[in-house]
Amino acid sequence: MIELKDVCKFYQVGEDRVRALDHACLHIYPHEFVSIIGPSGSGKSTLMNIIGCLDVADAGSYLLDGLPIEQYSENQLAQVRNHKIGFVFQSFNLIPKLSAEENVELPLIYQGVKRAERQQRVKEALRRVGLEKRAKHLPTELSGGQQQRVAIARAIVTNPKLILADEPTGALDSKTTQEIIDIFHDLHAQGNTIVLITHDNDVAKQASRSVHILDGRITEVKL
Amino acid sequence: MLSFKMALRSISANKMRAMLTMLGIIIGVMALVVLVSLVSGATTSVTDAVSDLGSSLISVTVSDDKGAPVTLETLEEWMDEEELGLIAPAATDSVTGKHEGEYDSVTVYGTTPAYYEVQDLQLSMGRWLKSTDLDNHSYVCVINETAAAELIGYTDCVGQTLSLDGVEFTVVGILSDDDDSLTAVFSSGSLVAYIPYTSLMRLSDSVTGEITSFYVAAAEGSALDVAEARMEALLLERFEEDEDAYSISSQDVLEDAMSSITSTLTILLGGIAGISLVVGGIGIMNIMLVTVTERTREIGIRKAIGASRGTILTQFLIEAVVLCMMGCCLGIFLSWAMLQAVNTVVASTGMAFGLNGGVVMIAVVFCFLIGVVFGLYPANKAAKMKPIDALHYGG
Ligand SMILES: Nc1ncnc2c1ncn2[C@@H]1O[C@H](COP(=O)(O)OP(=O)(O)OP(=O)(O)O)[C@@H](O)[C@H]1O
Ligand SMILES: [Mg+2]
Repeated sequence: MIELKDVCKFYQVGEDRVRALDHACLHIYPHEFVSIIGPSGSGKSTLMNIIGCLDVADAGSYLLDGLPIEQYSENQLAQVRNHKIGFVFQSFNLIPKLSAEENVELPLIYQGVKRAERQQRVKEALRRVGLEKRAKHLPTELSGGQQQRVAIARAIVTNPKLILADEPTGALDSKTTQEIIDIFHDLHAQGNTIVLITHDNDVAKQASRSVHILDGRITEVKL
Repeated sequence: MLSFKMALRSISANKMRAMLTMLGIIIGVMALVVLVSLVSGATTSVTDAVSDLGSSLISVTVSDDKGAPVTLETLEEWMDEEELGLIAPAATDSVTGKHEGEYDSVTVYGTTPAYYEVQDLQLSMGRWLKSTDLDNHSYVCVINETAAAELIGYTDCVGQTLSLDGVEFTVVGILSDDDDSLTAVFSSGSLVAYIPYTSLMRLSDSVTGEITSFYVAAAEGSALDVAEARMEALLLERFEEDEDAYSISSQDVLEDAMSSITSTLTILLGGIAGISLVVGGIGIMNIMLVTVTERTREIGIRKAIGASRGTILTQFLIEAVVLCMMGCCLGIFLSWAMLQAVNTVVASTGMAFGLNGGVVMIAVVFCFLIGVVFGLYPANKAAKMKPIDALHYGG
């Protein structure tokens, strides 16, 4: 599913050159539930952005589903993000002036799905995260956990093969965290590939495989 | 449709700002629509007034008679045509007029009794030419007040004699000058005498029985262009279908001049109003740039979940165009209201101003173009943001 080979990413900050990713290699197979853990600043988000086609690597190769991502144009990448990937962000990243259902509907609009089908799929996605009653609410009218569930609904509404979550529980208490993780377990059980970033060992342990990252280098760990 | 709704929403999210931005467009549209409507309204009423003075007649000049000359008899025949009214020949020559030692150059028209009505002249005293004058080749003339004053010394000189190139003519009528007809406007200050066509044939070497220039009035209740078409058909028939043998025109010189003046005025005012519209467009661009910066994060989110460059570009472009068109509609509505107000104020003068359909169309198209042109840069700026940079903007 995901094949990263010697991927490097550098940031030039003034005189200094920060190696956010240093020859990172990673294989993730279809239907896996992989967690990535590492200390702050180790390059987790950078890795996730590259996997999620939001950013491109400076060196190395990346095959997503056998597709050579580094050769893709900007619009092709947008297509890939739209159809293959569902992204869940640490900071929810919902559009504040759109209601929950409109936020969930957005990726379907970009896919060009017909209105009737859109409504039906939005309803289904919201039901899966247990928020069908909050469909008309604006993000500001929802709790953090609810917002994150809307974000998950938005990620899964397109039925993507790959779901990426960058510290989806970072801002939530432990009870809500478990609720969110349970949703991911469900999704995994339904056959989705899931990559979850966390700095919480308890959360990481629940994945079928755990990957450790430190100073931009990836090491496999068994927990 | 969906993106249109989205645009409306993000505009209504900040009503005050949208209103202020639109103000530029509103004022521009109002300037354009109101000014042009006023000018064209004024033009219509002035033109109406002018054509009231107007020579509603057709003038014909024959340059090549193809062996079938137009004579006084031909004109008589033509007058029987259903569409044509009176027809009067107008041969002209310049002669020396003399009366008791006073002499001056006089323009002489050789014509028929019909000329009086065709040209809509006014006698101040005496009589006009009669058909018996024509039959008898009488040496009688009708002169204008200017000629009377200059040559004879006073204007009530009916019965006096006037020598034209040495031939004595009896003055039988005086034409009033203070008539506001078109002929009067152009011939003021010149000395004019009207004599029977047949008399001018004797007086002048250049005038023969072959008429080269004549005026035609439309028949009672018949439109000028209908008469003109009929006249043209008759001429074509007579001159072997040769369009170059004659020239025919019914154009009112004054109306032409008026319309060229007002179209210049319209373009000038329209241009000035257009500039204010462009300024309004710059306002739109400015606010769209602010909007794009404010919504960088939203753009990042949209891109992260799969919006392409084109989608983002369209979204912001539509927003700019919708903003422009809303301003445009409001502007047109306010223009209409303003014209209604003007109408009530000037109601007593009988003038009426309505929205000029053409300029409304122009305003709509122009606003649309402004929306596109000035929306393009901000929209493109939004579209080409990198998703990752946009997402991390401001936190
Ligand atoms: N846009 C950027 N410009 C410069 N340096 C950056 C940029 N983004 C990340 N970095 C650097 O790259 C390194 C990795 O950052 P990254 O965001 O991947 O860390 P992280 O593992 O996600 O940390 P955290 O757990 O705190 O989110 C850090 O040292 C950071 O300073
Ligand atoms: Mg991070």
